[in-house]
Amino acid sequence: MNRSDLEALAQRELQRQQAFRCRILCCASTPCLSSGATAVYDAINAAIKEGELDAEVQAVSTGCMGPCSRGPMVTVQVKDEGEFIYEHVSPEVGRQLVTYHARSAASPAEELPEPLRTRLLPSDMPFFAKQKKVVLSNSGLIDPERLEDYVARGGYAALAHALREMTPEEVCREIINSGLRGRGGAGYPTGLKWDMVRKARGDKKYVIANGDEGDPGAYMDRTLMESDPHRVLEGMAIAGYAVGADQGYIYVRGEYPIAAKRLERAIRTAERRGLLGSRILDSNFNFRIDVRIGAGAFVCGEETALMASIMGRRGQPTPRPPYPAQSGLWGKPTLINNVETFGNIAPIIQNGAEWFASIGTAKSKGTKIFALAGKVATTGLIEVPMGITLREIVYDIGGGIPNDLAFKAAQTGGPSGGCIPAQYLDTPVDYESLKALGSIMGSGGLIIMDEHSCMVDVAKFFMEFCMDESCGKCVPCRVGTVQMHRLLERITDGSATLQDLETLKELCVMVKETSLCGLGQSAPNPVLSTIQYFLDEYEAHIRERRCPAGVCTLEKTPVTEWVHA
Amino acid sequence: MSVKTSPPPRARPQAAREHPSGDPRFNLIDRTLKRFSYQQDALIEVLHTAQETFGFLSDDLLIYVARQLKLPLSWVYGVATFYHFFTLKPQGKHTCIVCMGTACYVKRAAEIVAALQQAFHVEPGGTTADGLLSLSTARCLGSCGLAPVLVLDGEVLGRETPESTLERVRQLLLTERSEAAPSANGDAVHVTNGGIHEPI
Repeated sequence: MNRSDLEALAQRELQRQQAFRCRILCCASTPCLSSGATAVYDAINAAIKEGELDAEVQAVSTGCMGPCSRGPMVTVQVKDEGEFIYEHVSPEVGRQLVTYHARSAASPAEELPEPLRTRLLPSDMPFFAKQKKVVLSNSGLIDPERLEDYVARGGYAALAHALREMTPEEVCREIINSGLRGRGGAGYPTGLKWDMVRKARGDKKYVIANGDEGDPGAYMDRTLMESDPHRVLEGMAIAGYAVGADQGYIYVRGEYPIAAKRLERAIRTAERRGLLGSRILDSNFNFRIDVRIGAGAFVCGEETALMASIMGRRGQPTPRPPYPAQSGLWGKPTLINNVETFGNIAPIIQNGAEWFASIGTAKSKGTKIFALAGKVATTGLIEVPMGITLREIVYDIGGGIPNDLAFKAAQTGGPSGGCIPAQYLDTPVDYESLKALGSIMGSGGLIIMDEHSCMVDVAKFFMEFCMDESCGKCVPCRVGTVQMHRLLERITDGSATLQDLETLKELCVMVKETSLCGLGQSAPNPVLSTIQYFLDEYEAHIRERRCPAGVCTLEKTPVTEWVHA
Repeated sequence: MSVKTSPPPRARPQAAREHPSGDPRFNLIDRTLKRFSYQQDALIEVLHTAQETFGFLSDDLLIYVARQLKLPLSWVYGVATFYHFFTLKPQGKHTCIVCMGTACYVKRAAEIVAALQQAFHVEPGGTTADGLLSLSTARCLGSCGLAPVLVLDGEVLGRETPESTLERVRQLLLTERSEAAPSANGDAVHVTNGGIHEPI
């Protein structure tokens, strides 16, 4: 396949899609599937068949649309009328959608027949209006299993452009100019990393996409891999061309079988069409991608541990330097980026570095995907421009805290991040601002907590996580996390003294400074940030033996102390 | 100890029959071994297949994989015990995995685990004495919008409470004891080994 074949394929697919009067897009990503999306899709297909509407109505099973707590989600695109997004669609509602939209021209939203009216989401809903989709621009609109759908929306055009009109050096320069930074959490400039691998000497180089998204509460990478697998593959292929690699690995968490399956299928179709494999798009560039499935180890998100796991070993990190850019997989120069980072590449090449750099803040460019969860009205997956405030995310996009409770804290960055209290709700979300608050951008988990969440308990939860997930290679992390967890346990069961709090702080600094890899270095973050902002809660647990949020059961209640006093 | 990427060793087409147990399931493992041309780097993939086929990694299985890949048994054991996904103990007839990710934790998933623990006398990661129910916890199933989430015999169930979970598990064990077919839940995704298989 060459460039004109690619364009012809896109044209053919567009024409095919435009032949339908009405396209019904049904979300088929994990959260909607667990709410019964399969039955909805089947019911819609059955209704199309019964009504003999095959020529006018097309049902498509797509990726994630965003508001996961409102699933199963269905979007109806009607020619000349626009889009209608429905929440909580049951098989019965699905059938009604078909008969209604296929036949009648849509009436204003207020005049829709029940039960469609109550399930229609307003078109100006802030959940959608405040977002900016760059990486997820195809998610929820295309069938992730069909290459044609992706090509019709401009897919693989960036790869074709890069191969034909750019040198590897120019590709790296473009990425540097765009200001894109790693989306895995640390925020290292992507272009610089690419340039380093490009300049590294070696007969063989590798590209790895890190899809080992271990942070509890984060599922951005999974959704991207499930909803738009070709976007990730295209980004990896462009990276391979830029750094001079001919082999890529995409490391998928073992808990994400749907993502792995869709990626494998996407790789096979792309190879068949000559978009991956040998002589891509009739150029001299060869690039193969293999999927590697993880086996459940949080530490494998760390790059050196991930490479050990790809090589079939225990996923234990090794000291850096040497960095993977010099000596990675099997000792060869290796480029390793997060899946979401690769998702940004095709739009940058296609629209130019300047366009990308115009989104976001001075130092953090582009958009970021967050998995919004916890005590917020609409949970789900959102993509927002960098620099948006937390308040906009929580109150506009998320729709506020349910039951009229007060916002207490937002937890970003999972077990490596920290909690941001209510007084910083107006901080712009970018790498520097979050770091200044003692948290991190992280991979994108954003958990909202209300006044019923105990911050000491949350810190203990993350410490238990790090304790379980510590690989055991270095002492500060292996022993330190256990001791910190023990101290936190004493605080939450009421047997702690103020001295324990001091010991805890000391231990946090020590583990942070002396651990081998990111897991240990960042494990104390949740404790440090909660001590910084919620010291009163720690003190209430210790001095008054009372949990202000009412979560922890302390051995002695204040009432008995009053009696004895 | 260094493990080199050795060239593919001589193919052993009779491997399945060589195994003293004569178990045909070993053919599936051999297929994976061949797909990766007996490369030692493919150890994790082979263990994945082995666990999918047998349900857990028995000592025999580890020895077999070690021999086939020409790796020291200690190396294979080290990898198998490092990753949470691999289990060296047989699992119960029914499995209940409770998600303990942050979103589920904030929505009190710990209470569900405590309730199950108390009602069925089983620790997370363990199996009941009658071998009927295995209880385990997961780090995050990525369905945070539906928190708290649990996976009961492959069905992902969202927005659970301790009461509703106990009721479901009781029903399941009851039908098991009366040897009736387990009832199917229409709104379910089918999952094995903690993973989610796509029904479409």
